[in-house]
Amino acid sequence: MQTFELILLSFLIICALAVSLSRNLLVSLIIFMSYSLVMSILWIVLQSPDLAITEAAVGAGVTSIIFFVTLYKIKGLREFNSAPQEAIEEETTEVVEETVVTTKKHHEKTINERLQEWIAKYEMPLYKRFYNVMAVVLSTVIILCMLLTVSELPSYGDPSNPANNEVSEKYIMDTMEDTGAVNIVAGMILDYRAFDTFGESTVLFVAAGTVIILLRNDRKKKEKEENDRMYEPKPDIILQNIAKLLVPVALMFGIYVVLNGHLSPGGGFSGGAIMGAALILYYNAFGAENCKKFFTYRTFNTIIVCALSFYAVAKSYSFYTGANHIHSIIPKGTPGNILSSGLILPLNIAVGVIVMCTMFGFYSLFHKEEI
Amino acid sequence: MLKGLLTNYYETTAMIIFGIGFVTLLLNRNIIKKIIGFNFMDTGIFLFLAAKGYITGRIAPIVVSTPIEFETYINPIPSGLVLTGIVVSVSISAFFCALAVRLYRAYGTLDLEEIVTKMEKDQGVY
Repeated sequence: MQTFELILLSFLIICALAVSLSRNLLVSLIIFMSYSLVMSILWIVLQSPDLAITEAAVGAGVTSIIFFVTLYKIKGLREFNSAPQEAIEEETTEVVEETVVTTKKHHEKTINERLQEWIAKYEMPLYKRFYNVMAVVLSTVIILCMLLTVSELPSYGDPSNPANNEVSEKYIMDTMEDTGAVNIVAGMILDYRAFDTFGESTVLFVAAGTVIILLRNDRKKKEKEENDRMYEPKPDIILQNIAKLLVPVALMFGIYVVLNGHLSPGGGFSGGAIMGAALILYYNAFGAENCKKFFTYRTFNTIIVCALSFYAVAKSYSFYTGANHIHSIIPKGTPGNILSSGLILPLNIAVGVIVMCTMFGFYSLFHKEEI
Repeated sequence: MLKGLLTNYYETTAMIIFGIGFVTLLLNRNIIKKIIGFNFMDTGIFLFLAAKGYITGRIAPIVVSTPIEFETYINPIPSGLVLTGIVVSVSISAFFCALAVRLYRAYGTLDLEEIVTKMEKDQGVY
């Protein structure tokens, strides 16, 4: 087992080195995807299946998709950019600089002028080299300090670590009685520490809002038709037939992962990312017009705002009754059923829906500048 | 020091990945490479956190038998922290990529030094 872990860890380091040293952007992105996949295998080895599903769906899935669609968009913009305009601007600046330079022989110039010329010629390359060397030196110093600290840390996997104290004991022993959830991590993040999850959903919401501000373009109709010819995919028969088979299965799997968040590994984030990926596949295979039939901008807004407000209201009720020692009316059910564990199931659904809409919104905004 | 590093090989790898990501962030001129370097730093920290929660010989924190014993499960707290972190990391990456697209549309290049030069020329510093 230890050899297996060492092989995986060295694969991670080699992938990181390969990404930072390669010149081609597409190659770096593909190596980054495989790095994410090996990372999710490592989470399983570290006995955290929640993290494995989330990293596989979000890291190797949605993050890589967003990078690919950024490259696609930039390549599309490059074909639309007007080249003659840039050339005209460069010529005017060159003319201005030539009239300033005077011609003198080397021995006629004073020391000051020679110094000025040397500085003007060598300033930028020297500065760049200095910056590169100092960056590497500074990073090496920081990493050496951190490695020194790591060698003094309590050893890995020891049950008597200071990190394994009475807090984790309380969470493990009391989660099933207090919340009714079988998955201790889900019970922790959606019941004991639900405020953190609320903050995380808000971060997703704010990121979606920011990307809408930056990229959304309410273009007029004529420009829209010209750009549509570039952005609309041609109907590809292989992709459409495979999407007809895969999209229902992926959606159903995503819904299963969301609904079973309190009984087995999974939960709102991973299930939402899987559903979002299924929607992205549908969008790619059938075009934006078919997607607009059930997912418009208004749907997106309504769903996200309603889910976030529902989360806030439901959890405020829980905090209020808990803080004032009032008995809350939400039943806990028997652990092991789907309809159990109080508020965890509705909150999982809310978080899953937010993540699904956000991931699909990111892809659609990058691809076509509207949802 | 070497013995400590070899016992905690997960944390060592996590710090090395963090360092490689940091150097990628600093040295590359392409914006997309910087974003990828940022992602490497994030995942390195997540590996470090999750490795602090592992206890040898114990299983994942999902209740399998009814009289719950404390000694059968790993520490569940770092898992919760990393779960939040992964989602925040993807939000930040999407935001950076949107900024990169806007910068490309405004300046026509993905190279950060050229963008800074053009920006200062526009503002009349040179």
